[in-house]
Amino acid sequence: MLSFHAKFSSFGSSVPKKILNNFDLEKIVDTTDEWIRTRTGMFERHIASETEAASDFAHQAAVNAIESSNVKYKDIELIIVATISGDHPFPSTACIVQKKLGLKNIPAFDVSAGCTGFVYALDVARQYVENGIAKHVLVIGVDILTKITNWKDRNTCVLFGDGSGAAIVSRAEASDISRIIDTKIDADGSQGDLLIQQAGGSRMPASHASVDGNLHTVYMEGNRIFKNAIKSMYASSEELLRRNNLSVSDIDWVIPHQANMRIIEGLADKMRVPMSKVIVNIEKYGNTSSATIPIATDEAIRNKKIRRGDIILLTSFGAGLTWGSILARY
Amino acid sequence: MDIEAKVKQIVMDKLGVEEAQVVPAANFIEDLRADSLDTVELVMAFEDEFGLTIPDEDQERLRTVGQAIDYLKEKLG
Ligand SMILES: CC(C)(COP(=O)(O)OP(=O)(O)OC[C@H]1O[C@@H](n2cnc3c(N)ncnc32)[C@H](O)[C@@H]1OP(=O)(O)O)[C@@H](O)C(=O)NCCC(=O)NCCS
Repeated sequence: MLSFHAKFSSFGSSVPKKILNNFDLEKIVDTTDEWIRTRTGMFERHIASETEAASDFAHQAAVNAIESSNVKYKDIELIIVATISGDHPFPSTACIVQKKLGLKNIPAFDVSAGCTGFVYALDVARQYVENGIAKHVLVIGVDILTKITNWKDRNTCVLFGDGSGAAIVSRAEASDISRIIDTKIDADGSQGDLLIQQAGGSRMPASHASVDGNLHTVYMEGNRIFKNAIKSMYASSEELLRRNNLSVSDIDWVIPHQANMRIIEGLADKMRVPMSKVIVNIEKYGNTSSATIPIATDEAIRNKKIRRGDIILLTSFGAGLTWGSILARY
Repeated sequence: MDIEAKVKQIVMDKLGVEEAQVVPAANFIEDLRADSLDTVELVMAFEDEFGLTIPDEDQERLRTVGQAIDYLKEKLG
């Protein structure tokens, strides 16, 4: 039985300083600024340096989120990190972030759901809060995909950027208008081969052959994912609206995963949402995987686009395949 | 509206081309200047309009306006 409501207390984000734009990419692979812009809407992306790793940005995003809220460090009762490019295969990046935040005696774990990771992690956080097990959960999306990108493959290397975004999911007080209204996550493992990092796990441990064959990098069948992406985000978003008796006109802001401008436009078109209600920052960050939604939300809050009381719809898709949506009153 | 007229309308809307260009032999990419993602978007628009699912394998069978009309007539007929 539902005992409490969960809400977003705050968001925060952090990206690497180094920026790579389309003209820089023209020098690395056989591509053009025009191709990248028209096919993806991207122009710049932030790239982690050799010495930077996921937990560095996850930690900073978490600090920014905490400092933007009334929540104190010691009030956090759970850390969930959504990532597919953590510091190490183990321990979890969540435990590394916990150490960096100086927090003890609370659980911390990672969630692996590709680019849908942040949405998955929010769904989990919501359960903890609604069931009364935790009052404040720190949820972080972080990916450093440029470190597992094949820089000779123009089909993929132009698409990704690095960064992290975080949210604090808290118990809503009775007087709060803010709350997570509903969440819906889904998966279809039968299509997992469309987007995969083949080597580095127990199926194909690191070997000279796996490194030489570039099997530790992102493999993607982009054009087959494109259609899936629009359909799946549409399906989970429509379901949330339907079962909460809301219509598209009730939504103030849609914050979609920033994988491709054309996917975002296709989704908006299918949902019949005007692009003026869709938060887009893909031209500045590229696809930061599980970090796109919290970075975009954080930016839109700081730019005073998203305000307290607005109805927001977050929606994402990614490796797995996975997809899902979150409906909330911010 | 019949299938043919609906297909032509969708092609005009999605690709921003004139009715006179949307002849059966017109190839979406070569003649109507669609890019590879436009062709996927076109197929999705056909799916929505006609309420069917066009599998990825069949995408290749819809390269021209005429092929799209024939394909849809076959599936809906
Ligand atoms: C990746 C994506 C932009 C590619 O667009 P596309 O139109 O499907 O491209 P295709 O793979 O069909 O390739 C079309 C052509 O562009 C070329 N191409 C691919 N990348 C290129 C680049 N960076 N620069 C120039 N040309 C490129 C291909 O080689 C191909 O050329 P060919 O026709 O001569 O063989 C698009 O499929 C996409 O965004 N898919 C979704 C992927 C995604 O979002 N993944 C993340 C999930 S979290």
